[in-house]
Formats: sequence, C-alpha cells, structure tokens
Amino acid sequence: MLSEEELQSNVSVASSPTSNCISKGGGLKVHNYFGLSDSSSVESSTLSGNVEDDKATISLKATELTLGLPGSQSPARETELDEKPFFPLLPTKDEIFSSSQKNIASGNKRGFSDTMYTEKNWMFPEAVATQSVVNKEVTQNIPKGQLGTLNNSSSPPAAKAQIVGWPPVRSYRKNTLATTCKNSDEVDGKPGSAALFVKVSMDGAPYLRKVDLRSYTNYGELSSALEKMFTTFTLGQCGSNGAAGKDMLSETKLKNLLNGKDYVLTYEDKDGDWMLVGDVPWEMFIDVCKKLKIMKGADAIGLAPRAMEKSKMRA
Amino acid sequence: MDRRFPFKVLEHIFSFVDSNEDRNSVSLVCKSWFETERRTRKRVFVGNCYAVSPLKVARRFPKMRSLTLKGKPHFADYNLVPDGWGGYAWPWIEAMAARRPFLEEIRLKRMVVTDECLEKIAASFRDFKTLVLTSCEGFSTDGIAAIASTCRKLRDLELRECIVDDLGGDWLSYFPETSTSLVSLDFSCLDSEVKLSDLERLLSRSPNLKSLKLNRSVTLDVLESLLRRAPQLVELGTGSFSDELDPEEIAKLTKALSELKQLKSLSGLWDLLPEYIPLLYSLCPRLTSLNLSYATVQMPDLIDLLSRCSKLQKLWVMDLIEDKGLKTVALCCKELRELRVFPSGADLDETDVTLTEQGLVSVSEGCPKLESVLYFCVQFTNAALVSIAKNRPNFRCFRLCVMEPFAPDYRTQQPLDEGFKAIVERCKDLRRLSVSGLLTDKAFEYIGVHAKKLRMLSIAFAGDSDLMLHHLLSGCQSLKKLEIRDCPFGDTALLENAAKLETMRSLWMSSCFVSFGACKQLSQKMPRLNVEVIDEHPPKTRPDSSPVERIYIYRTVAGPRLDTPEFVWTIHKSPEVGVSRLSIR
Repeated sequence: MLSEEELQSNVSVASSPTSNCISKGGGLKVHNYFGLSDSSSVESSTLSGNVEDDKATISLKATELTLGLPGSQSPARETELDEKPFFPLLPTKDEIFSSSQKNIASGNKRGFSDTMYTEKNWMFPEAVATQSVVNKEVTQNIPKGQLGTLNNSSSPPAAKAQIVGWPPVRSYRKNTLATTCKNSDEVDGKPGSAALFVKVSMDGAPYLRKVDLRSYTNYGELSSALEKMFTTFTLGQCGSNGAAGKDMLSETKLKNLLNGKDYVLTYEDKDGDWMLVGDVPWEMFIDVCKKLKIMKGADAIGLAPRAMEKSKMRA
Repeated sequence: MDRRFPFKVLEHIFSFVDSNEDRNSVSLVCKSWFETERRTRKRVFVGNCYAVSPLKVARRFPKMRSLTLKGKPHFADYNLVPDGWGGYAWPWIEAMAARRPFLEEIRLKRMVVTDECLEKIAASFRDFKTLVLTSCEGFSTDGIAAIASTCRKLRDLELRECIVDDLGGDWLSYFPETSTSLVSLDFSCLDSEVKLSDLERLLSRSPNLKSLKLNRSVTLDVLESLLRRAPQLVELGTGSFSDELDPEEIAKLTKALSELKQLKSLSGLWDLLPEYIPLLYSLCPRLTSLNLSYATVQMPDLIDLLSRCSKLQKLWVMDLIEDKGLKTVALCCKELRELRVFPSGADLDETDVTLTEQGLVSVSEGCPKLESVLYFCVQFTNAALVSIAKNRPNFRCFRLCVMEPFAPDYRTQQPLDEGFKAIVERCKDLRRLSVSGLLTDKAFEYIGVHAKKLRMLSIAFAGDSDLMLHHLLSGCQSLKKLEIRDCPFGDTALLENAAKLETMRSLWMSSCFVSFGACKQLSQKMPRLNVEVIDEHPPKTRPDSSPVERIYIYRTVAGPRLDTPEFVWTIHKSPEVGVSRLSIR
C-alpha cells in the first residue's frame, strides 16, 4: 500500500518504481492509477478517497503472450491494485502530452490535452527508471478532478472522475446532474431544486442509503423519510412489494422505533464531528451535514452537549 | 434475350424492401437491380459521414427524402474525442441543398451543425418536415429560429442532448401563427426560458402534436396550462417538477395529467419531489416508456410509482432504485423490454452497495421480454452473469459497466470471463455488447467463438495481449463497430486481421498498444481504410515503435478527409509521404 507520504510527496516518481503516482507541481493532486486521490478537493470534503479503502483486488495474472513493442513490457496484474502500474508505455510518450493544459472554458469545449489527462497518471515500471515522468504543467487547470465532466459540481463525485470518460456516462448527463447543484446556488432556498446527497447508515443495517437533503424542508420530513427507509431493517421485513409492506406498518410503531429510546439520528458535520440532529436550524443543518447515521441510543450519549457548544460558537 | 424484369415491376417489388441493409444487398445483385434500387430509395442512412462523399450520395439517390448521418465516434460521448475533430454537417447540407431540394427529413447524430447549416436547410428544402439532432453541437437558438420560421410544413423538431449556444427563448416565437403542422417538439436540452404565452399558443394551434418535451426551465406551475392545450399527447417530457404548488394548483394539475388518455411515454421529471409522485399515478397504467434518469427519487417512492406501471416496456432510472426497486420492477413490469440504470453519484471509492448485481438478476428473472440492458454497478459476479444469461437468452443488447476498472468477481476474485462467456453463449441474438470488470484474453476468445451476430462491441481496461484483439477480429463475423480503450494490445493482431477492418464500419482504439509503425503498415496495406491518428504532435517526429495515443480506423470510398484539425493525422497510403494533414476548409 502506498503510504500517505508517498502520495503526498512531490518527489519525482522515478525514485519509487513501485508507486503509480505522478507527483505534480505544487497545488496539484497526486493520483494513483484510478485517480483516487487521498486528498479530496475543495468541494468534496466528504470523500477520503483512501487508497487503503480500495476494495478491488485482482488475482495475479501473468501474461502468457507478450506481444509488445520493443522496449516495453506487457502489463502484469498484481493483487494490490493501487501499488502496481498497469500499462507500461515508452518514455517518449510522456513528453508528448506535456503541453500546457488549456483551461476548460465555458460550455463544453475540451482542450485537446484535457482529453488526454488519464494517461499521465499511469506509471510504467521501466519507463520510470529511465526518466522522470513528472509532468509539471499537467493538471494545473483541471478543475478538482472534473476532467471528464465540465461543470464543477459540488456533489461528492467531484474528486472521483480522474479517468477521462470513466465511468462512461455521457457528458450531457453529467452536466445536467451537475447543474442541479449549480442552479440551487443561484436560486435562493428553493426546496427540491438541487440534489444534495448524503449517505445514511444505520447500526446493524446491511447497507447504506443515500438521501437528498434538499428534498426535505424540515427535520420532520427527513425523519419520516428515514423511518420509511429503515424500518425494513428494524422490523426484519424485506418485502418486495413495498407498497403493501408500508400499509402493514403502523405509524406509531415507526415513530417509536426511531424517535424513541432505541435510536437517535446523528450527523457528521464539516469538521468531522458527530452531532445530534435537530439542534441547529434546518438551513444550517443541510449546509453542514456530510453524513447521517442512525445510532443506537446508548451510543449517542455525550453528543448533545457538543452540538450545543458548537452552535453557540457559530452563532 | 432480355430476361430482366421491367423497371416498373422491380420498382414495385422493391417498394416492399424497407430496411437499408436489405436494400444494400439488393443493389449488389446486378446492374439493373442496382439502378432500380437506387432510383427508388427514399431513406438514406450513412453510418459514418466520412465513409462516402456527400456528392456521391446525392447523385446516387435521386428520390431521397430522408437522410440520416452519424459523425463522431461513439466514444466522443465520453470526452475521448477532442473538440474540433470533425463531423461537420455543412458539406452534406450544401450538397443536398443543391441537388435534392425535395429532401424532407434530416437526422444527424454526433455532428457539428452550425447556424449556417440550419439556415441553409430552412432556405433550401421547401417541403422540409423533420429535423432530429442527437448529441450535436455548434449551433445556437438563432438557427432553430430559422427552422421554426421558415419551414412551413415542419412536423418534427427534436433536439436531443445537444449542446446549443442558448441565446434566449425567443426562437419559439418564430413559429408563424399559421403553422399548425407540428407533430413533435423536443427542446429539453435548451437552458433558457421560453415565453409561456408563445408556447400556449403554439400548442393550441397544433392539433397533431403527439410528442412534447419541455426543458427544465418550464416550471411545474405552468404545466397544467400547457397540458390542457394538448390532451392528445402521446409523449410528454415535463420540465422541472419541483415547484411548491398550493392544493388548488395540485388538484388542477392532477386533473390535467389524468386527461392525457393517450400518453404512453413520460420523461423529464427533473428535480421530482416525492410528494408529487402521486400526481403521476393516473398515467402509470398506460405508460410504456418512463425515463426517470434525471429524477433524484428514492427507492420507496420509485416502488410506489413503478408498481403501478404494468405495461412498461422501457425504463430508464438511476441506481437510487436499488435492488429492492428492481425486484418490484421484476414483479410488476412484465412487459419490460429495455432497462437502463444510471449511476447517481459515480462514487467509485465508496462501497455504496445498495444497487448490486442482484438487481439485474431479479429483472432478468422476472421480465421475460427483456432484451436490452444498460447497467452501471460497482462490482459483479460470474454467478450473476450466468444466471442472467440463463434467464434471458433473448438479449439483443447487453451493456454492463462495472464501474471499478479491473474489478474481478468480488466473491471469487476470478476474472469475469466465465460470466461473459455465458452471456455470449446463450444470447445468440446479441447485437451489442459492452464488457467491463477484470477480463483476460479468454473472455474475448469466448466472444469471438460465440458472438456471431454481434455488431458493436465496447471494451475498456481489459485483456492481456494481442490475442484478445485477434480473437475478436477473427471470430466475430458480424462485427461492425469496435471501440476499445485502455487495453494492452495492438500491432500484431491489427495487422494480421487488416482485411477484417474493411468489413467493419470503424475501429476506435485509445490508450492501447498500437505503434505508429503498425499504423503506417496498416494504411499501406489497406487502401480503402482511413487510418487516423489523434495526437497533438506530428507522428513523424517519433520513432515507428512509439505508441500512438488514439487511432480511429474506418473504411471509406472517399479517401482521406480534408477537414482534419491539427491534431488528427491521416496516415498516407504512400510510404514516402508518411502522414498527411490535408486541411482544406
């Protein structure tokens, strides 16, 4: 695994043959093969993008046929995805794309080098040894990892799209969903006019959910929506006919489950602290909330005082 | 002895031959069939605008009434083709305007269309009826105004996912008060607001309007007034669905929606608020097509909606639907033929597993008519693919995007070779396939052996060696379009299978392992292929062995194109010349 220091270092990659990061000039992010950055961009402080969390593992696959170009080597896959480079390319290649990046201007104009961005991230074992692959001018103008997409959305994916054109979602679609957030910044407090997704996890639930905070206007709505979502876990129901399922559950049962002694709703704010939901005004809440968690009541003891303190500090 | 059928008889027989593929075959039989066919073809389709010259097409088909063209390679959708690459509509419009003034329909996909083009269309084709632009760019709302104002018999004006220089909503007011012929209007990709009164009046005088797709700036509070004027709609794309409405407005809108007795297709629904979903209930039982891919609606609400759509044939939705929602679809939407599940957040590093392979398995189990799938998912298993193939051997289009590059079967850590093998083995009618996840050469051997009807194949981050490409080019008999990115092969397979490339429409390879030398060899070997290299720097400044970043190879009878930008290099046929960049605008 690459250590944080390696990822952060500005030393030429040539010195660490097994790393697959290209260090760039100051202010630029270092990416591993998939462009997973350890440091998130301005917009997306929710993402840790930790290499350690990278789930993909690949069984070792040595190539049988090595029909490559002279001087090159067929890629070998290693178990630790993030450690090994994949596509050995010849040294000269990297110099080719060192022309200055054109800034992504308005609209959908893509500078030529913008579409070439991915390749600079790839590390090549022998190439590394023979030359420096640092590409200083690279990525300077790449807005926070949004190479493949054009509007800087404030939604979490901002730091993700390092590989150009991957996942293969049409730029039209990406832009449309991205402008959801943009529009909401311009239009004041229009409920539901933007998608502000945060993850909701629940102790004991097998998986997470995502909710759009802007589709609710107050805590009550959020609370009932979450109740709807998570009752299946608490009541042990996995009905596939959701409509029928809901009819069977009484409202009071739901309320008690979540609002009563058993569970409390907490959130992680911009500073990374976990607070009880409900202490701050709704508008402030959706501004600061990064993640939601439905905790067992017992675990949430001690949260309340901090929330009060914090909101006093902010006031 | 003249054994030929008289022209009139042949003409009559050919009038029953609709598909262009059949017509192409017919035209190869003999000279008189060629002549008869070409004089009777009305609908002309050119899958690659650079494969043939506009002049030739105009001359060959004197009776053409409809022209469909495609320009940029498909991967342009994903930003892999730099701006200015090409795909200009102008030469075609110009040629047709001069020679085929009776042209009525123009459909363009991934082409650069300027206002000049649109004005030319408006001025030149007096019976012009249909303009459909998909994923096009280069024009502004002024061009649209020209079409609206001048084409007296305009029936269809559809702008699908185009990038338009939006100068305002005035264009709509350019439809003359006398124009009553509109059948379909799609301006969903435009940004600016159109004047409500213009739109209302247009709807009121368009009794034939069947399809209306509004843009996002049409707010919910005006929807009712529009629908009231067009209760005959069969397809509706709403605008933004998120205004706060008071109870009276809600009641009126509910009523207006329920009056749409013919409505079969619903889309738009931007910013759809959960509390407005019940307004759509009256439409659900009749819906055959539902596009929720811009509606950020959660699973429980989606279930409420989808469980009422028993006639649904086409569903586009975001992964917010989750496995549970897809299970509902499997139970309730037995007529489903096409499913597309788009990623809502493209979270690559976060394990949001609420949509898993299980969702697709459920749908494949429950929906017997399912034949087309586009599915984005973080990871997958071979077992799931095998199940899916067993359940649904009738797939014609199977596009799976495992968003994590090189992701193996997450249960067994094996490559997804066996899974895709099952797909191509069982789905004998497979026409289109996109593969993803960890794949070795073996997967492509299976595809080459089994996918005999496959026409289009998309590959990313896969394979081990040239064998992969070799399997595909030597095995897939019907292959017409192959697009590959980030795969470690190139030269040998390409050169060995050069002849195959002439039977295909095009081959795209980016970030692969193709050397400049191989490109040269290929180009010299195959005179009727354009081998285009996309590279910032002139290829000849680099050694032959250096890999080329992007190549686009396509068959053509038009020779090298004359409109290449500075970063596209056509490899010249003559070895001495090397590369050429003929750029005559």
